[in-house]
Amino acid sequence: MGKRVGIIGVGQTHHAAKRLDVSGVELIAEAVTRALDDAQLTMGDIDAIVIGNMDHFENINYVDMWATDGLGSCMKPVFKVTTGGTTGTTVGACGYYHVASGLFDVVLAVGWEKNSESDTQAAIATCANPTLERDPFAGAIGPLATEYSMYMKAYGATESDSAMVAARDRNNALNNPYAHSRQAVTVEDVLNSPMLSYPVKFLDMCPRSDGSCAVIFATEEKAKKLCPKPAWVHCSVVRHDYTHFGDLEWKFMPTLERASAAAYKLAGITNPLKEFDVAELYIPCSTCGVKWMDSLWFCEHGGAPKLIRKGTFDMDGQLPINPSGGVISTNPIGATALIRVGEAAWQIMGKAGARQVPNVKKALCTGFGGCSWTDLMILGADLP
Amino acid sequence: MPSWKDNVDVIVHEGKISVPYSWTVGSTLSRFYCELRDNGKIWGNRCPSCGKVFVPPKIKCIDCYEDLHDWIALPGTGTVETYTVVRYEEPVLHPRKAPFVYAVIKMDGADTGLVHIIGGVDPEQVRVGMRVEAVFEAKREGNILDIKHFRPMK
Amino acid sequence: MEKVAIIGVGFTKYDRNSPLTFAEMVFEATSKAIADAGISKDDVDNVVSASSDFWDGRTISSMAISDASNAFGKDITTVEGDGTFAALYGMMRILSGSFGVTVVCAHHKGTESSMNGITNCAFDPLVERRLGIDAVSSAALQARRYMNKYGLSEEQFALVSVKNHGNAMRNPLSLLPMEITVDDVMNSRKIADPLKLLDCSPVTDGACTLVLAAERFAKKMTTNKKRVWLKGVGHCADAFRLGDRDLADTRALKRAAKRAYAMAGIDDPRKEIDFAEVYDAFSYMEPLWLEGLGICDDGKGCEYLERGYFDYGGKLPVNASGGRLSANPVQSAGLYAMAEATLQLRGKAGKHQVRNAETALVHGINGMCGQSHCVWILGK
Repeated sequence: MGKRVGIIGVGQTHHAAKRLDVSGVELIAEAVTRALDDAQLTMGDIDAIVIGNMDHFENINYVDMWATDGLGSCMKPVFKVTTGGTTGTTVGACGYYHVASGLFDVVLAVGWEKNSESDTQAAIATCANPTLERDPFAGAIGPLATEYSMYMKAYGATESDSAMVAARDRNNALNNPYAHSRQAVTVEDVLNSPMLSYPVKFLDMCPRSDGSCAVIFATEEKAKKLCPKPAWVHCSVVRHDYTHFGDLEWKFMPTLERASAAAYKLAGITNPLKEFDVAELYIPCSTCGVKWMDSLWFCEHGGAPKLIRKGTFDMDGQLPINPSGGVISTNPIGATALIRVGEAAWQIMGKAGARQVPNVKKALCTGFGGCSWTDLMILGADLP
Repeated sequence: MPSWKDNVDVIVHEGKISVPYSWTVGSTLSRFYCELRDNGKIWGNRCPSCGKVFVPPKIKCIDCYEDLHDWIALPGTGTVETYTVVRYEEPVLHPRKAPFVYAVIKMDGADTGLVHIIGGVDPEQVRVGMRVEAVFEAKREGNILDIKHFRPMK
Repeated sequence: MEKVAIIGVGFTKYDRNSPLTFAEMVFEATSKAIADAGISKDDVDNVVSASSDFWDGRTISSMAISDASNAFGKDITTVEGDGTFAALYGMMRILSGSFGVTVVCAHHKGTESSMNGITNCAFDPLVERRLGIDAVSSAALQARRYMNKYGLSEEQFALVSVKNHGNAMRNPLSLLPMEITVDDVMNSRKIADPLKLLDCSPVTDGACTLVLAAERFAKKMTTNKKRVWLKGVGHCADAFRLGDRDLADTRALKRAAKRAYAMAGIDDPRKEIDFAEVYDAFSYMEPLWLEGLGICDDGKGCEYLERGYFDYGGKLPVNASGGRLSANPVQSAGLYAMAEATLQLRGKAGKHQVRNAETALVHGINGMCGQSHCVWILGK
């Protein structure tokens, strides 16, 4: 069987709309240096490296090769993984499997994006089939708006329910010095912000950011030696959906249901709402922060609005979600899901600063992207 | 057995992904390009740990992963380490018409080579070991083509 | 450590302007590989694809092959790079204990895209990309440096092309089987000195799939004759900028090979490897990489070549399939090489079967001028 794996260091950049002071390679170096510092390691301690981003956001082919100077990967094993919005968790999972396989002891996983360097929606639009769907497909906002309209009609959810999610995440970001967008926001502010695509408004939606995140994974033996309180990886699970947008199920979030069900089984979790102490979820739009709670088995289908109105997921609630401010506050796409892993690890390590949730034993993190895909990881303070 | 596939008029869609890009140059290369543009000088930087001098300058040493802060003005001369005479046309990519010469030029005062174009000479006359010097464009914009090319030293 | 086996291989015929979409190609290769393994698609519990947004001309290009690769409802991920690296990740996932049977698939439709434009994008947009350099012109710089460092000639490189196109005559799958002479190579159109047309690999379409299985599944699912063990693997990258490297130095490959040999328990690769599939997108690369792989001393690759050491009937046949010079679907080239080695080790390579095939070496590359290498040792 494979090795048990712990996260022993996390580094991230101060994310922003535009980082004009650094090139992509320099942005990567910033996160890598901070992760090494966090783990109190030097580049010589790193046995292998994995990196990911999305090609058409910066137009760099073979990023794993181009990033060498920033990654510190010269004369080291390195390759690239990429799966769109889920790239960050894909990179994290790949770092985990590097170590779990027994082939490498200490592995650096890096996600990054400089979204300021291109037209994000134009680059995303090329994910649609070029001979079938590319011309009529409308980017990321339309499909998310559509699914929430259905959810509102089916279960009586409202625009204020999603606005509460937006306000929660945006206000949490005030406690996170790394967050891109840090502004105090009320539910009314969200409801009054400009309509993008009914029912999604400007403050419901994530920004696009420049940023990078690096996470260091190590074997049980190394982790215990190098880190006072590692965040142990309990499992990593991925579920993808069909290829064509027309084939997708919109009424609920099938990949999230399937991935979380599989992961809970692996990690021995029977009551996720009770057993998790914190969650860092890839919620790209506040509406997902309502509807997808059902698919994480926190409640029955349609039960999410009630939990949100009760404050279940607030910082002082039963299960705080996105203490970091989440994706709605920070979204350097190829790094976004790895930031979830890094933030969750910091929560377990007790390094989350002003956004720390007390006494975190178990944390859930997710990635979302591609064709309504889910990548998911469960971390714990105790060995799996 | 004949198949329905034998009689299909197969269609090909022409596409061209066109996304505008604006790449941030960053502090290190910006300084390099400003020196090129404003002063017609090629600068490198040195690793405080191993002493290796890089051109173009880097943020980190590739061997030591140390930050590089020592800047060094290079004389702009060097030796052709390897070259190729490009014989094919790529009008969109190539800055000049074929045949022309790419070379890796080992720069005097640095430990690394610079990839650039050799000009001012018949391509057939270029040799490994040839001593060359940078020729700068009169109007410079802050990119690698501010060096027009390298030419054989007199 | 648990062992991992290749239990099934499948691929499309190499093609130009294939009438299939790349997803259809992946479906064909994967269906064949699953059938070859003699298992059901439900036995597969995860998928690793090698997909590239650049070569495929679409963002998140692995979206397009998830159902074709049998990934629906399963754990899937994507390596962007040569198929040998995807196979490495497939092996890691099995060794982690999380998975039992893995589909690794790679596809490439070179004829749909612009080779020079796409490889130009592998250079730094802030520096070299503006010069218009690409895979071919940078390879030419490496070829010249290699010649100059060791006093080699273009005629010696031409021998690789003669040998590999000749080998392709025995391989019905190949795209460019040709009986040619050194003069034919020397007189072919000049591309970027010292490279001529016949020193360069052809633009190719093709998809290839391997089915990997953990030992406990491999032994249950397949017969002894069918399975081939992944005995060792190593990967390593050199510096990015061409000027930061001595282009004729193979230090990254040496490190990758050392790791692979150590894992496979190989002390002397010259004696213990029976045949090799080595990355030969350009003729000069074959002897250069054979030196890095420790099959011969630095600078001696061409001498061995001249002696017929790497011939089909030679001491250590290299690229008996015809190599990348005879068909080079870039992203899937390395996986085809692993499939070829599997067939050889099974004794099922047909007319190009090599003798005494017990231990194989397969080599794949990422980046320009072999910046990053993946070395595999496969055995019975």
